[in-house]
Amino acid sequence: MGKHIILRILQAIVVLFGLSILIFFIARIIPGDPARLILGPLATNEQIKELTEEMHLDKPFVVQYYYWLTSLLQGDLGKSLYTRRSITTDLKMFVPATLELMFFSFVISLIIGQVMGVFAGYFRDSWFDNLFRVFSYIGIATPAFAIAIFALIIFSYTLNIAPAIGRIGLWLDSPPQITGLFVIDSILTGQWRTAFEAFKHILLPAISLAIANIAQEGRITRSSIIDNLQKDYIIAHKVHGIPTRIIIFKYLLKPSLVPTVSIMGLDFACLLANAFLVETVFMWPGISRYGVTAMLNKDLNAIIAVVLFIGILYSLMNLIVDIVVSYLDPRIRLQRGGI
Amino acid sequence: MMVPLLEVKDLYVQFSVFEGELKVLNGVNLKINEGEKIGLVGEAGCGKTTTMKSILRVLPTPVARISKGEIIYKGKNILNMKPSEIQNIRRGEITAIFQDPLTSLNPVFTIGQQLGDVIKYASRYQDHLDKKEIFSKSVAALKETGMPDPERILNNYPVQLSGGMRQRVCISEALSTNHNLIIADEPTTSLDVTIQDQILRLLSKLVEKKKMSIILITHSLGVVRELTDRVYVMYAGNIVETAQTTTLFSNPLHPYTRGLMNAIPRLTGERIFEGIEGRIPNYLYPPTGCRFHPRCKYSTKECQEIFPLMYDTGNNHEVACFLYKEELN
Amino acid sequence: MTNRNSFINIFSKTKRRRSFSRGWYNFSRNPLSVVGMIILLLIIFAAIFAPYITPFPEHAGAFTNFREASKPPSSTYIFGTDSIGRDIFTRVIFGYRFSLILSIVVLALSIPPGVIFGLIAGYYQGTWIEIIIMRITDVFIAVPPFVLALAVAAMLSPNLFNQMMAISFVWWTWYCRLVYTMTTSLCHEDFVTEAKLVGASKTHILFREILPNCMGPILTKMTLDMGLVIIVGSSLSFIGLGVQPPKSDLGTMIAEGARRLPSEWWAAVFPAIAIIVVILAFNLLGDGLKDVFNIEEV
Repeated sequence: MGKHIILRILQAIVVLFGLSILIFFIARIIPGDPARLILGPLATNEQIKELTEEMHLDKPFVVQYYYWLTSLLQGDLGKSLYTRRSITTDLKMFVPATLELMFFSFVISLIIGQVMGVFAGYFRDSWFDNLFRVFSYIGIATPAFAIAIFALIIFSYTLNIAPAIGRIGLWLDSPPQITGLFVIDSILTGQWRTAFEAFKHILLPAISLAIANIAQEGRITRSSIIDNLQKDYIIAHKVHGIPTRIIIFKYLLKPSLVPTVSIMGLDFACLLANAFLVETVFMWPGISRYGVTAMLNKDLNAIIAVVLFIGILYSLMNLIVDIVVSYLDPRIRLQRGGI
Repeated sequence: MMVPLLEVKDLYVQFSVFEGELKVLNGVNLKINEGEKIGLVGEAGCGKTTTMKSILRVLPTPVARISKGEIIYKGKNILNMKPSEIQNIRRGEITAIFQDPLTSLNPVFTIGQQLGDVIKYASRYQDHLDKKEIFSKSVAALKETGMPDPERILNNYPVQLSGGMRQRVCISEALSTNHNLIIADEPTTSLDVTIQDQILRLLSKLVEKKKMSIILITHSLGVVRELTDRVYVMYAGNIVETAQTTTLFSNPLHPYTRGLMNAIPRLTGERIFEGIEGRIPNYLYPPTGCRFHPRCKYSTKECQEIFPLMYDTGNNHEVACFLYKEELN
Repeated sequence: MTNRNSFINIFSKTKRRRSFSRGWYNFSRNPLSVVGMIILLLIIFAAIFAPYITPFPEHAGAFTNFREASKPPSSTYIFGTDSIGRDIFTRVIFGYRFSLILSIVVLALSIPPGVIFGLIAGYYQGTWIEIIIMRITDVFIAVPPFVLALAVAAMLSPNLFNQMMAISFVWWTWYCRLVYTMTTSLCHEDFVTEAKLVGASKTHILFREILPNCMGPILTKMTLDMGLVIIVGSSLSFIGLGVQPPKSDLGTMIAEGARRLPSEWWAAVFPAIAIIVVILAFNLLGDGLKDVFNIEEV
């Protein structure tokens, strides 16, 4: 098992290396003249020449990549051409907000999605199941930005129960930075009012981001529960007089979780992608909104950094999913030899 | 006459599918006395497994529906029981072994976890056990089935065991606690021929030792001849013939039973075996009258219109065929 | 030669041919997929004949009428009007044109290379050809495809054509992986071995024996992807990296409408519902096709 994990980490590093080449290639080759793209049509030749030298754009692609990679390995991602700050500083500033959002939506989607899926599957064709199926069809078919807008209209503007934008009210100070996650930081320092405010602010974006995943995960859990309910071993457990609650929450849930967990990586990809839209709608000051700003302003260095950062986050998640799946399913674990 | 341990009376089961209602069981009557070993024979798809699932109340809901009939166990109707009573029946009275040991063990739990839970909850019905006792009982149960190194097996997952070993685990699950009746649904069909014999011998030895009754469901007449006292022959959801095993084999009456016997290749090689023309009928639109009549050589107009009742030809030999109506009179 | 070909076909025929009526029976057993198909046909019809069936075809582009600006839904403007007085219903129908063209072109551009690379990688499994192709797809899916599409689109000037290019650039890998997995297993099927034995050429084996057997899953994925590409495309437009105003793309319209929330809710809500309806229709249809081709979930 340990050997398998090390192998997976090495694989991930190779793939990330490939990704860095790909994204660097995209950023240098596609625009034709990157300096012109960055500075816009009104730039003078002087300015273009200056930027070309600063970014080594006059050198061959391989050399440019080499310069970029060596500074990356020293922790330097270059300077943002838009904010005029070091990108490393920018990332440090914006990443915690995104992690907080991801964490909350992931937990929400996991709990609600599983519970709904299990109940819909176990009580197949009941009113709850039918309701859930309608919900999941619509949830999957709705783009994240549309969900966010509907959430804004309903909960913020009409019912007035959740704030529309930002991480925290304007009149409140941010809690001292410990983890960078506002809710957790303010709880750690005992600022209950701030914690409550931060929680109120994160609720709507987190739920909007989670809806598509709740629909997707719930649907897969449901069909896997239905599938497993007809398996001989569940009938055998029943015949042996195992209580129903033990059958549902032990013998049925564990095998049914395997398919759900194995696509968790894809679910996380869905969250990462949708964060770009949800953060835009709710003006959530996270890495994705930073990325959108960079893209709209042709901030090449920042775009590369954001894509690469998301790639790292995604590989990490896939690694975790891999380990959890092999814990759940002995067939996979044993295939890899030993525990 | 003694009171039977289990009696299935006039059982009708239907499956609703998209195309309509499948009338799978069509008035099944079955009796088993204390300590008796009976066989239930018939070709694939004739309703043997459905009968078993009805007795244990594990038919797939809401697809299957018991539309009529009674299943009396020790004087009480299983079909009218409360869930807790059914649970008690499953924990201490009736148990089962399934056809395919590859699919009847949960793939993501160890043998120890599964066997342990079976013993734990079965023992609630009789006496309470702690973890240590459950473990030692599990080991004992596995040992009984001739499993080598039971302590190690308990930590294994089903995927690590062979088919024969898995079926031994299934048998030990069923026999680890003291039940009165075991229903074995083709326990050897999916195993290698060499293992089949071992498993059957083991099963019959253990059943005898524990003084249990057994309903052995199979499509193999050879197995029935060797291991049972009495046989029920089933065709398309009906019992068509029942007799003591020796009687049935020396004097099969129903055309279907005769066909089954003729389908066995004989070593003496006197004649080429005949088999039975045609296939098991469509349950959506089953034949009227006797369900066997489209395949029967002796079929008459009566057979096509009227459903035959069981005629007792004496010596507890009953047959559902109009051919023997006259014989009685 | 013709003889040999027909001989080879005997082996694959039983596996590849399915009777149409049987397929339709499986499909129509699921009433929802029939509903999806009908909705889809209506949308396609409306999109094709948009200039003739919409009340104000001139509102599709740059048009202003400030006297009718920001009107809530009424009998004249059933979805209301936007901030410069254009009928939203008309623009939604024209918006479907962009969505449908986008998804059709993206799939037309990304499926052929994906399928061909997948076939080649699967056929040459165990060689360096397979390793190179599959590692390249690994790199492409190392980030969510939408994020990569965003990055590519950001390098190009925002318009419909570039939007299609950006999405196609990331989309082919999915078909490559799908066809690859199918090819690796099909290569061991008897009819492929037989074809090899009678000396069929590689192109014959790949395109006449293996590819027809991959068509079911490809077709199903295609239908489900139509909806997915529309989601990705409208998301790009929503962010501002796709079709630009004054053109009436649904994503762009929602982005414009979102700026005027909460007072003019209709400007964002109706285009959003329109997008949900078309994606829903594609998904329902795709689920029906899954039944036709007996494809397991994911």
